[in-house]
Amino acid sequence: MKSIVIVGGGVAGTITANYLAMRLKDEIRSGDVKVTLISDREKQLYEPGLLYLIFNRFEEEDILRDVKYLLDPQVELKIVRATRIDAESSKIDLEDGSKVEYDYLVIATGSRVVPEDVPGLVESGHWFYNLEGARRLREGLAKFRKGKILVSVMGIPHKCPVAPIEVTFLLHDFYKIHGVRKNVEILYTYPINKVFTMNNVSELVEEMFRERNIGYKTFFNPLEVDAERRVVVTLEGEEEPFDLLIAIPPHKGSQVIIDSGLGDRDGWVPTDRYTLKAEGYDNIYVVGDATNLPVSKAGSVAHFEAEVVAENIAAEVKGLPPTARYFGKAMCFIETGFDQATYIWFDYETPPKPVKPNKFIHWMKIAYNRMYWLTARGIL
Amino acid sequence: MVVVDARGSYCPGPLMEMIKTIKQVEVGETIEVLSSDESSAKDIPEWVKKAGHELVEVKKEDDYWRIVVKKLK
Repeated sequence: MKSIVIVGGGVAGTITANYLAMRLKDEIRSGDVKVTLISDREKQLYEPGLLYLIFNRFEEEDILRDVKYLLDPQVELKIVRATRIDAESSKIDLEDGSKVEYDYLVIATGSRVVPEDVPGLVESGHWFYNLEGARRLREGLAKFRKGKILVSVMGIPHKCPVAPIEVTFLLHDFYKIHGVRKNVEILYTYPINKVFTMNNVSELVEEMFRERNIGYKTFFNPLEVDAERRVVVTLEGEEEPFDLLIAIPPHKGSQVIIDSGLGDRDGWVPTDRYTLKAEGYDNIYVVGDATNLPVSKAGSVAHFEAEVVAENIAAEVKGLPPTARYFGKAMCFIETGFDQATYIWFDYETPPKPVKPNKFIHWMKIAYNRMYWLTARGIL
Repeated sequence: MVVVDARGSYCPGPLMEMIKTIKQVEVGETIEVLSSDESSAKDIPEWVKKAGHELVEVKKEDDYWRIVVKKLK
């Protein structure tokens, strides 16, 4: 019997598992194949929903679902933390002391924020890239009525590359609706010499920031946050004061990747950009945020990668040639306010061309926020 | 000299790798960045100027750029 193990119960892991269960349903029923998903948490968080939660437009129950209800019943689910992957002997150590052996492994261990890597940030900053941070920021934004909000991207790569831009536009609308926008200064900062990594998007966003009287600074790489003086100190020698700091903290790969020696300096797994195999291993695939690929750490990327990985593993199991290739495909909605949005669609060779922000795309995004659970199930 | 081999990585990968490295090395240390992404040859010198470090060399090799930076502060 062939054992296919997926480590990670986020977007990438659940979609891959469900696609595999669909493609290999006969083999699973006959006992020739077993698909196992290992997740360290019982519930999956729809992370794009955190952007709405901080403005109190979503509640936690809207963006959390039990992983067991998202998975095809043919997939065996183990809720336990994987502590070490032994890639040489194809075994995984679990926190409960047991081991799982695999013929094929799919690493879908994602990424995480490490605010503790920026001195002073935990004490004096906010973030919305996890549930705990988003809850705290929701309170902070509701109380804030006057002063300067600093939205600062503190490292690249990070999850959902456009979310810092979206939160900045939404802050503008939020305080406009509350009638206090004139009392609230908004400043956005980014580490490189433009407000986003892609030129077309940067140009559009910079123009829209100017129209909305949103300030921005580039080549801005925070070194530390001085909690007492409430300033961000940068590597470039600047000091930027704030009343409310919304950081996009630096990100790292999962601890199990670092502990298993499978990652680079920041814990990203070196991955072939077309086959999605972990470099140096023929039976290990990597999907979603866990890769070191120069693509967005975003749900759509995880979704498109999962299609390729599931197709190739299923082909190998059936003795067919594994010819699917990932070509860098990504799609991101960009909310430019509470009633308009644009989107970008791009791949390794094709840069994005954002369309003029409009209501229709915003409604599509709002609808997709509810439909996402069908994507996780492998239906949409 | 610390070598950051960012060949195969795309904008802003090489610049961000250099920024991470410059945070870690001592003042006076030299960093050599190797990048196959053409925009690095423009972006890295621009950042080095803004951050107040010394751009020692920008050289086009066969199919990549070699950018040497000295940390000044």
